[in-house]
Amino acid sequence: MKLSEFFVTGEPLIYAGMVAIVLVTCAIVFLLTYFKRWGWLWREWLTTVDHKKIGIMYILSALAMLFRGGVDALMMRVQLAFPDLNFLNSQHYNEIFTTHGTVMIIFMAMPFLIGLMNIVVPLQIGARDFAFPYVNALSFWSFFFGALLFNISFVIGGSPDAGWTSYTPLAGAALSPGPGQNFYLLGLQLSGIGTLATGINLMVTILKMRAPGMKLFQMPIFTWSTLVTCFIIIFAFPILTVALALMTIDRIFGAQFFTLTGEGMPMLWANLFWMWGHPEVYIVILPAFGIFSEIIATFANKRLFGYKAMVWSMILIAGLSFLVWVHHFFTMGAGAFVNSVFSVSTMLIAVPTGVKIFNWLGTLYKSKIQFTTPMLWSLAFIPSFVIGGVTGVMLGMAAADYQFHNSYFLIAHFHYVLIAGTVFACFAGLEYWYPKMFGHKLNQKLGKLSFWLFVIGFHITFFPQYFLGLDGMPRRLFDTAPEWFTLNFISTIGAFGMGAGFALFVLNIYYSYKTSPREKTGDSWDGRTLEWATPTPIPHYNFATQPTVKELDAFHDMKKRGETTYDESKLKPIHMPNYSGQPFIMMGLLFFSSFALVFEWIILSAVFLVAVLVMMGIHSFDYDDGYHVEVEDIKRTERQLRGLNDEHTGS
Amino acid sequence: MSSNKTLITLTLLFSLSIITGCSELRVLEPKGPVGEDQKELIIYSLWFMLGIVVVVFGLFGYMVFKYRDRPGRGNKDYEPEQDGNLKVEIIWTIIPLIIVTLLSIPTVDTLFDLEKPPQSANEEEPLVVYATSADWKWFFSYPEQGIETVNYLHIPTERPIEFRLSSADSMAALWIPALGGQKYNMAGMQTILYLQADEEGVYDGRNSNFNGEGFSLQTFQVHAEEDTAFKEWVNKIKNEKPELTQDQYNELLKPSIIGEMAFSNTHLEWVDHGTMMGSDYSIKRHQNAYEKKLHLKSLDKADAEEEGDADEAQ
Repeated sequence: MKLSEFFVTGEPLIYAGMVAIVLVTCAIVFLLTYFKRWGWLWREWLTTVDHKKIGIMYILSALAMLFRGGVDALMMRVQLAFPDLNFLNSQHYNEIFTTHGTVMIIFMAMPFLIGLMNIVVPLQIGARDFAFPYVNALSFWSFFFGALLFNISFVIGGSPDAGWTSYTPLAGAALSPGPGQNFYLLGLQLSGIGTLATGINLMVTILKMRAPGMKLFQMPIFTWSTLVTCFIIIFAFPILTVALALMTIDRIFGAQFFTLTGEGMPMLWANLFWMWGHPEVYIVILPAFGIFSEIIATFANKRLFGYKAMVWSMILIAGLSFLVWVHHFFTMGAGAFVNSVFSVSTMLIAVPTGVKIFNWLGTLYKSKIQFTTPMLWSLAFIPSFVIGGVTGVMLGMAAADYQFHNSYFLIAHFHYVLIAGTVFACFAGLEYWYPKMFGHKLNQKLGKLSFWLFVIGFHITFFPQYFLGLDGMPRRLFDTAPEWFTLNFISTIGAFGMGAGFALFVLNIYYSYKTSPREKTGDSWDGRTLEWATPTPIPHYNFATQPTVKELDAFHDMKKRGETTYDESKLKPIHMPNYSGQPFIMMGLLFFSSFALVFEWIILSAVFLVAVLVMMGIHSFDYDDGYHVEVEDIKRTERQLRGLNDEHTGS
Repeated sequence: MSSNKTLITLTLLFSLSIITGCSELRVLEPKGPVGEDQKELIIYSLWFMLGIVVVVFGLFGYMVFKYRDRPGRGNKDYEPEQDGNLKVEIIWTIIPLIIVTLLSIPTVDTLFDLEKPPQSANEEEPLVVYATSADWKWFFSYPEQGIETVNYLHIPTERPIEFRLSSADSMAALWIPALGGQKYNMAGMQTILYLQADEEGVYDGRNSNFNGEGFSLQTFQVHAEEDTAFKEWVNKIKNEKPELTQDQYNELLKPSIIGEMAFSNTHLEWVDHGTMMGSDYSIKRHQNAYEKKLHLKSLDKADAEEEGDADEAQ
């Protein structure tokens, strides 16, 4: 293979990308060396098994991916702003919408939410860490290296270009030769390991490690949404794993599962993909519902309305999410009966979702609403999501879907639910739990400005697209016709509004780091759930003494009774896990193995894979039992953090 | 307060777009009975959706405005411990269920209708047209008439057309928004799509399912005309156009952008891509042709053709 085949050549925009990557890498290496931070980076972050630090790394990576996916989106919108603009040619455009979709769903939405779950869920249930902290680190690095593998494709080897759904036969070896599609398959496979492991890990954590007394129906709603999401992950992700493996075997080893030759079944891919893909949609929306529920209850200063109905509707949605996958291809010609069944099951999802919307409105009824930034995101979610939801029902009506399918009507719909649902929730959740993570709030003024820019930009971008769809503009068109100019141009303006909103959000992180007053208590928003019972910054063991929970809104009720979770008389040594560099190294090796497989260097790939297996073998003989935090240390930490009178220290 | 402004802006934007937009949109201005059925279903559902939006937005605006925390509000109308109300919860579960039922009935009804040819005034048998997609062009074969066209077709008005869809390679979808909804073209199998034009005119059709570099240019035009004009056109093609040879057809199957063509026979004589036997016909012959890039810069087919010819010459 020649070097000119290895690196992507001939595109000025990609050359610029290469230069940017080299410069940023140099800058990071320089800064780390100059401030002598290499050791710190290794000891505190790369080897950590602390759920709070892993969560922060998830969120930082997700923000980087949001930037990447966002730049992809802006490039598409620029290309579509004017007919025949020729900013991107067809091939380049196809690559960009493929990476935009994949990055946003797999490497932005999911990790962002998993990051928030990482930080918040153990705290909400009064646990000291995940059930399997080592596995949690493994999960993170598998996601991280999967994302890295997918993202380098645009400078090395070439990006995938068959859409984020990668339908066969288009995505097969015959019609899409070259490494691009392999990057998709192996990047997703690598990060999928982590997602599945996180699903199991969080489920065990929630089921087995709740604070004494906390019954399932006393868990905070965000924890509930996480538990339900874990069920979906555990049942849905194996389907993706198998489907990706089959296509990888097709492409690299010449099998005929999804090919046109040898009696392969290309349409089987569409089925397998959506049997995972539809539950996936709920993997990214249910936690968002959880986040909004927490925030709305907190800033309405009221109990969540219909808590049980909220939980049951999530369980119902999760169950239904496995029974609707055919609605992604009503037009495949499965017949009126099949389409009728899936049409009805699809529309049924609107019922529990509607119940949730009304329950949020019920929470606002006779409340006292404070318009903080996280609350603004949550309030904006309700009407925006309703627009996405009702158009979703319209798409669910199969006979009408024949006209909506593959059009901008569909594009508008899923951006309305995924942005108003998931992205708003990511911003809301990050702003809400930010003081818990970093010890200070994000600046409210800048936060609100970025909120307004983003939300207004969002509606300007996507609302016109419903009409483009009704006028027959198909998705994935790389150039527009003059008749669609006006609406497309408006849409592009909106996209830049969203871009400005995001830029301001990132700027706010830096500005608030410099100027925001530091938190003095752990309870930044007068919270209702246990994460606010911990001091800020949270000690690495989370809870010095595990609280006993008697009711929903545990911390809210504790505060009313004047209690805290800290009881010095009950202090005992705390058992904590040791940090380990193994997850990072193991997943790094798996990254190289996958990378070699992308270029079909089989032997090299096998060598790295064997190295991973050897490391696993070594780890299984690892009898590291962790260590204990001594009572004296806990006492000193807690007294300092809680500002208690410490007459005993030093004596 | 500020959230309320969004609400008002949104509602205004929404209704404004509805009023100004809907009148000229292709899907809502159908030219045949299939599209008409689908439009009616869409409009029917739109009324429910508008109703839901109005109710939810109204409640939302009311709650946000009335229960905002403001100086001097005190504890009037503030019930922090209220956490549910079985009666209203049952109501807002049942109403959506009723709405879903009301939407399901016409949906299922229309779904079964669309599997049959639309009722036509003169009770004629549907005209059979094989529509075969190949990267990135359309072949329309008329087996009864013994003619074949590329990237355009003529159809008689007020007579159902039975499109038999298949593909020589990647999956595509035949979509003529003005006449009705789409269906997939897949290699190795056949799907059937009934459409009908009641008004004369030239309508845009395309592949709506992404299938690679030339996707955006895989379009065609439908000329709907009266039966006599259609028969004249068929005769003209039959008498004036050359026969398609298998070699020429194989050459046309190569991934490329080409213009309009017509022939006085059909490719069905030697291959039907809608059968399992036909599914690897093109792939076997053009295995290495899919690596080549077309460098498409605009939706202009003539440009793309020239580019392809230049590549060929090299």
